[in-house]
Amino acid sequence: MTITEKILARASGKTRIQAGDVGFVSVDKVMMHDVSGPGVIKVLSEWEQKGKKLDHIWDPNRVWIAEDHFVPAADKVSAENIMILSRWTKKYGIKKHFKYGLGQYGICHTLSHEEAMVLPGEVYVAGDSHTNTTGALGAFAAGLGHTDIAYVLMNGKIWLKVPETMLFEITGTKPDYLMAKDIILRIIGDIGTDAANYKAMQFSGNIVKEMSMDERLTLTNMTTEAGAKNGIIEPDAVTESYLRERTNASYSPILGDTDAKFSELLTYEIDKLEPTVAKPFSPGNVSAARELQEIEIDKVYIGSCTGAKFEDLQAVARILKGRKVKVRTEVLPAAQSIYIKAVREGLASVFLEAGVVIGPPTCGACCGAHMGVLAEDEICVSTTNRNFPGRMGHVKSKTYLASPMVAAASAVRGKITDPRDIS
Amino acid sequence: MSNIDTDVIIPGPYLKIHDPKELAKHAMEGLDPEFPQKVSEGDFMVCGSNFGCGSSREHAPIALSQLGIKAILAPSFARIFYRNAIDGGYLLPIEIEQQTLGRIFDKDELEVDLNQNKILNLTRTESYVMMPFPKLVAKIVEAGGLIYYRNAEEG
Repeated sequence: MTITEKILARASGKTRIQAGDVGFVSVDKVMMHDVSGPGVIKVLSEWEQKGKKLDHIWDPNRVWIAEDHFVPAADKVSAENIMILSRWTKKYGIKKHFKYGLGQYGICHTLSHEEAMVLPGEVYVAGDSHTNTTGALGAFAAGLGHTDIAYVLMNGKIWLKVPETMLFEITGTKPDYLMAKDIILRIIGDIGTDAANYKAMQFSGNIVKEMSMDERLTLTNMTTEAGAKNGIIEPDAVTESYLRERTNASYSPILGDTDAKFSELLTYEIDKLEPTVAKPFSPGNVSAARELQEIEIDKVYIGSCTGAKFEDLQAVARILKGRKVKVRTEVLPAAQSIYIKAVREGLASVFLEAGVVIGPPTCGACCGAHMGVLAEDEICVSTTNRNFPGRMGHVKSKTYLASPMVAAASAVRGKITDPRDIS
Repeated sequence: MSNIDTDVIIPGPYLKIHDPKELAKHAMEGLDPEFPQKVSEGDFMVCGSNFGCGSSREHAPIALSQLGIKAILAPSFARIFYRNAIDGGYLLPIEIEQQTLGRIFDKDELEVDLNQNKILNLTRTESYVMMPFPKLVAKIVEAGGLIYYRNAEEG
């Protein structure tokens, strides 16, 4: 069995399962945020209105809440949604509620690893499509909608179809101008945005083994853009040391069997891979950054669960140090803890001196919510994960998805730029 | 049209809204702002592959279902949209063969026969195959959504 099959077998109380099986699995952790949460709470209260008493939920210690999409409250409705969450977590005794403006908070998929909310071998479901991110810790992590999360909160389990696994072997020697973002954009460009529908995408190979956790998280994060149910990387020494800096909780890592069956095996030798950009209006519409170097841009956005982790900000700062940006640029660290580190380690002053605005940790403009959305025809280079029409603002705005290094180099030149090409 | 994503079905700024009637006013706004005026109760949508890709927002099937859409026929669906449509009991995501797309035209009168896994085109007196729902999914559809689904095994 693959690691995904073994985790799901464990969670369904079976010794053996295989891709294609449909059944219920026990959930270890569940999360909802200020967009999915009020929807989930609405499903639960409609259930109660039908005369079904719901005086407790399945396990308050396994439920956690993030405020990330519309914080700081963009308007009255989003302020009310935050209040709905606060009242609900108080009523059901949920202790892990990361509140905006009250210590650690940030984008849910960032908190899941920064705070070690999820551990290797666990089944983690959450009301957000980029839940796949957390699979980099060696967990089964998949996104669900309101009704499914409501069901989990009542029953502690959910139905799933066991996915087939596509295995991606990333090998070679990584040039220092290349980031995990370039690799995953190249993969999505090659396989297409629905190639992994209902499937797991697993990453291995020497490059993945050598990658830091922050970089691994970029790979699994964007498996969502290929349609994958989950992205996953087998836990190893990197995982262990990452988690030991963050938690004392014990866990039992699960690894795939050596004779595991994969639906596809794709090998990527990345020595000659170029910094890669996804053009509007699909994450699969990729080109080498150098082919787009004449495209003038209006702004650069460095944020989101994909591209505002600490190492992403370090990569940006390496390029911006001693330089000025030529177009409007925003950096929104993905969590308060990352923001603090960016201040302590001098990145924040590099950004400010380069002319960049630093915004509060939030999903912000990534989903077109607020904090720098795009105007008609405005062109943005962004470290985020989606560039569908209207994703970051006006339906005729254009977003080019890129690595933090490409985004920073583009900010310096005012045009889409390969990091090798800035003087 | 393939890869119709949830950002065009219901754009991000409306995600803070949870009233189905309000969401319905903005359904498919990213593609056709007049869409809500063009559909009525009992309509089906016939779309290209990977319908509903993108975010997990349940707002998408809620908005479409509030407009009266009962089923979406497409060669494939993004997985979360598919689950949300079934588990929320909003509408039926029906997988059809790619070649069926070219057989169905705007205003054709369609009927879905879940017992025989067939789609009947009453206007053209044709029928097309649909992928049967997996057993568990069929039971959830029958129950009217996951919350109402209980079987003996699951208590």
